[in-house]
Parts: sequence; structure tokens; C-alpha cells
Amino acid sequence: MTQAIPTNTVEPPALPEGLQGIVADWSSDQRAFKNVPWGKAMMWIFLLSDTFIFSSFLISYMTVRMSTTDPWPNPSEVFALTLWGKKIPLILIAIMTFILISSSGTMAMAVNFGYRKDRVKTFVLLLITAALGATFVGMQAFEWTKLIVDEGIRPWGNPLGAAQFGAAFFMITGFHGTHVSIGVIFLIIVAIKVIRGDLDHERPGFLTGRKGKYEIVEIMGLYWHFVDLVWVFIFAVFYLW
Amino acid sequence: MVAHVEGQQHPIGIYLKIWALLFVLSTASYLVDYFHFQGYLRWFLIITFMLMKAGLIVAVFMHMLWERLAMMYAILVPTLLLMVLLGIGALEADYTFFTRGVFFLKGLL
Repeated sequence: MTQAIPTNTVEPPALPEGLQGIVADWSSDQRAFKNVPWGKAMMWIFLLSDTFIFSSFLISYMTVRMSTTDPWPNPSEVFALTLWGKKIPLILIAIMTFILISSSGTMAMAVNFGYRKDRVKTFVLLLITAALGATFVGMQAFEWTKLIVDEGIRPWGNPLGAAQFGAAFFMITGFHGTHVSIGVIFLIIVAIKVIRGDLDHERPGFLTGRKGKYEIVEIMGLYWHFVDLVWVFIFAVFYLW
Repeated sequence: MVAHVEGQQHPIGIYLKIWALLFVLSTASYLVDYFHFQGYLRWFLIITFMLMKAGLIVAVFMHMLWERLAMMYAILVPTLLLMVLLGIGALEADYTFFTRGVFFLKGLL
């Protein structure tokens, strides 16, 4: 009678795929998002709401740009830099784009090494990501300074053409830059948690009693890739239009 | 698809490939501006490169490709609603542009 009785010897049935899977997941009267930690599902839902915020900005920008009768300043010239005595159009923005894409690459690798429990590599990659993000914000500060001080562009008007240019520019890139800055801060926090071994030893976080797990690196990654994603749209519709 | 017990596990190589691809696409969209493509060709290229980059980031970097359909649809379908806002914005802008044109023309006469 001392023999241990194994409980739950039956494997749970495999989840159905396809449309049937959607119906099964949503109608099961349980959690709708199987196989993902709730933190990840919540981050996705937050990012969906953020998508609507940025889309509202970009669509409003489109509306004012299409409806203004004044000529719109040519972004290709406004954001040109003179390097080695040669004027190169839009070069600063191109470099910023490459920096942000690279930070997305290192972030994706950090998530991967995190799940492999490679603490040092995850830490280093997270720090590189944060450094690239900080570089991006620094270049944006340079860009803003150039536009405000040298070109005299203000949110209410500018000497180059349509007054709406400044309002749209400062609003959209400012909001995006804020997202990057917040991301850098959180990247550093997650990096410290990783190198201290908080996630290996499942220590609870500062504001939560929940156990630390490597999924927080992936959740952080989702936010960071989203920031990169928004930049893809800003780059296309603001700088290349 | 097997349930991911330890989260998303994929070979590093796939991230490096996507990274390289994103660099190529970014360079291509920069060159659209550099070579001064204009009109519909410019729009077609910009939008194509933009959507390809966005797709790669969401699908691979954000692992949407390996999520269950319930998750994919919950996130991606609502964003389609934005097309309606885009349409309304464009209609409204056209109308405003037209009335402004009429108004300023009257001022000139």
C-alpha cells in the first residue's frame, strides 16, 4: 500500500490546429492563449494598443499633409548632412535605421541565449542592445537640435513651408524617442536581473511576488522589436514620402 | 507544432539571416530616395519594402510565425481596422484640400 500512485499519467490531448484550433482556444472556457505565459499575451495586447496610438499619429500626419495648401518641406533635404564636403540626403536617418535594426538583431539573439540559460551572453547582448538604443536617442537629440537651432523649425511653424511639418515631426519622433528611452532603461534592468542570476534562481522581482523566469527577456524583446517596427513605418511615411 | 515548454527555441542562424535581409531592405528603401524615384513607382517601392520589413520583424523576431492562430488573429486582425481610419483620413484630407483651394482662390479674385 506504500506504492506511490502516479497521478496524471495521461498526456493532455494535443491542441487542434487551424480554424478549429481558434474556435477551440477561444471557446474552451479557459485561457484563450495557450502555450504562452500570460505576461507575453499581455505585452502583445499592450503593443496592439500602442499600435493604435502610433497609427493615429501617422494617419493624422497623413491627413494634415494631404490637406495643406502650402508646400511640404522636402525631408530628403531637411535631413541631409554634409559629410566630407559632400551633401548626402537623408544619411542621418539611414544610419539611425541601421542602428535600430542592429539593436533588434542583438535583442533577438539575447532572447535566444536567455532560453538556453547562457547568462553571460544574454547579459552582453542585452547591454549591446541598450547601447545601440541609447546611440539612436543620441542621434535623435542631435537631429532635433539641428532642426530647432539651425533651421528654426518649431511645432507651430517653420521657414521651409507648411506649418504642420514641425507639429507632426516633433510629435511622432518625440513619442517614438520616448519609447526608445523607456526601452533602454528596461533593457538595463533586465540585463542586471540576468547577470545577478535572478532568473536562474527564480527570485521574485522588485514590484511582484512572481518568480523570475527567462520569459521576461522575451517579453522585453517584444517591446523592443515593436519600437523597431514603428520606426520602419515612420521611416517610410515621414522621411521617404 | 509541438508545444514550446521552454519558450521559443530557434537556431541563431535564422535571426542572422533576417537581420541581413532587413539591412538589404533598408538599403533598398534608402536608395529609392537617393536615386529620386518619383510618382507611383516610388510609392510602390516604399510601401513594399516597408511591409516586407514589418512582416519579417513581426513573424521572426517577435516569433508570431510560431504562435497559435488564436494569438495571431487576436493581434493582427484588429490592426486591419486601421485601414478604415486611413480611408476616412484620406477622404477628409481631400475634401479639406478642395475647400481650402476654393477659399483661397476666392480671396485672390
